[in-house]
Amino acid sequence: MTDTALQPVPRVSGRSTLGLLLRTPTFLIGLTITLFWALCAAFWAYVVPYDPLQDDVISALLPPDAAHWFGTDQLGRDVFSRVIAGSRDILTVAPLATLLGTFCGTAIGLVAGYNRGWVDEVISRIIEAFLALPLIIVALIALVALGPSTLTVIVVIGISFTPIIARTVRAAVIQERELDYVLTAQLRLEGPLHIMFVEILPNIVPPILVESTVRLGYAIFAVATLSFLGFGIQPPSPDWGLSVATNYGMIGGGFWWTVLFDALAIATLVVGVNLLADGTGAALRD
Amino acid sequence: MAALTLFLLSVLVFFGGQVLPGDIGRALLGPFADARAVEALNRELGVDQPLLSQYLNWIGGLLRGDLGMSYAFRSPVAPFVTQALGKSLKLAALAFVLVVPLAILAGIVAALREGRPADRIITTVGLSFSVMPEFVSGIVLILVFGIWLRWLPIAATWPEGAGALTQVRHLLLPAMPLFLVLFGYIARMARAGTIEALGADYTRTAVLKGLPWRAVIWRHVLRNALLPTITVVATQSGYLIGGLVVVETLFRYQGIGSLIYTAAKAKDFPMLQAGVLVVGGVFILATLLADILATLLNPRLRRGQSA
Repeated sequence: MTDTALQPVPRVSGRSTLGLLLRTPTFLIGLTITLFWALCAAFWAYVVPYDPLQDDVISALLPPDAAHWFGTDQLGRDVFSRVIAGSRDILTVAPLATLLGTFCGTAIGLVAGYNRGWVDEVISRIIEAFLALPLIIVALIALVALGPSTLTVIVVIGISFTPIIARTVRAAVIQERELDYVLTAQLRLEGPLHIMFVEILPNIVPPILVESTVRLGYAIFAVATLSFLGFGIQPPSPDWGLSVATNYGMIGGGFWWTVLFDALAIATLVVGVNLLADGTGAALRD
Repeated sequence: MAALTLFLLSVLVFFGGQVLPGDIGRALLGPFADARAVEALNRELGVDQPLLSQYLNWIGGLLRGDLGMSYAFRSPVAPFVTQALGKSLKLAALAFVLVVPLAILAGIVAALREGRPADRIITTVGLSFSVMPEFVSGIVLILVFGIWLRWLPIAATWPEGAGALTQVRHLLLPAMPLFLVLFGYIARMARAGTIEALGADYTRTAVLKGLPWRAVIWRHVLRNALLPTITVVATQSGYLIGGLVVVETLFRYQGIGSLIYTAAKAKDFPMLQAGVLVVGGVFILATLLADILATLLNPRLRRGQSA
């Protein structure tokens, strides 16, 4: 690691940030909701009363009762079990896409912000042009061209997040590179790669963390929407967006339980992650 | 800048469309069609030429106002696109007419009560709505207002020859999910702008010279708070395109979003390309309009440009 004497004074110590976070009500609510769904995604198999994929045509479209808390869908599958198990795919795809975008965006932002000059100019122009492209349209084209698959969804969302994260990182790097520790490293004749990734990167973790938590919220939004449109997670997954897409044609017939619980599941997850992001942002910015 | 984006979009939509189908004529006519018929169709559609010349032909056609032929309908794309665009503009206009005044009002109220419960509620609720996928809020709204309360029709398509009021009634439910997403964004910008204006020197001067509070708000604070908001409203028209795809699919409304979606599913690339580019054009127009409005409202920008 680097010479400790040259480390800048940390602006917020880790302990006080965590303490501040745990005293923020929005953060706590967000954390509780997100953790609940994360636990469902990890351990759904031990919790669900029925197999979420098992058809049972005799008990199709039963309204909620004691045996089936959320009723059953048109194939007789238990909606409660499907809602619990439906957290798995979206909570795999969305974080992976966010991770990919954060990774690429950080690398590009570091290079653009640290080098300035024409490198920065070119990268910034490309970033701006990409930022103006509507995500859903780009995703639609890519998924039509490449065929819908989980990997395509991760790559498409990850790539579309890259310019956004690159912009945030670039702004942070431009502030950071004027500080003394960067100059010291330059005087020590450290290479640019070393300065970017070893010296600067650890100091811009907070803004990257805030931005990627916000992005996670949008990733969930995007994955759910693409699955609803049939370009995301594919059957027979009990994914929420997919379930809504399969069943919403019947809500005119009064089978509200086949879509309402899935919709509410997405709603709570999206709100939870965003409260988490909002709380993190507020705590790290102050 | 805007032109670069449009160019990028055109390349993306064109070459994205070329990756998959090896033989479009074969795909359209089916596996049992005569080989000569397939070849003739390929020549008719121009898909037997090299990609670059296809791209240039297509761009050239666009510049002359020729949007191409639909693979699925075997007829020019243009009438479909214009009709769909008209429908979408109606839906988008309704959403904007409702959301802009209400969201700005909410943002100002939140800013004037900064840090107090009213502010917290508006900010948190606004944030939660702005990240809600449209089909989720759409489903809940359909259930509550369309099916349980029966206040609004759940079909977006109105009967032939219906009056403006009936059309609005049918569009109200589809406009709501867009409203909710936009509300949070615009309210946040209006709030931030107002807070900044409240803390500015000119506001202090206005208060100190004895101007009544109401006049300070109207004449000094609001005018400056609205500037960033207008820019946001315009950039949100970019979001709106994605939103329209979802809402129009959910409510089975034949707008441009649903046209793009259907074309994508049917691999009808000329239709897809035309739809995406028209939408990109509208987006750029909106951005331009916002720039002009911002200049009109901001004397500093106005003077800066004439000098």
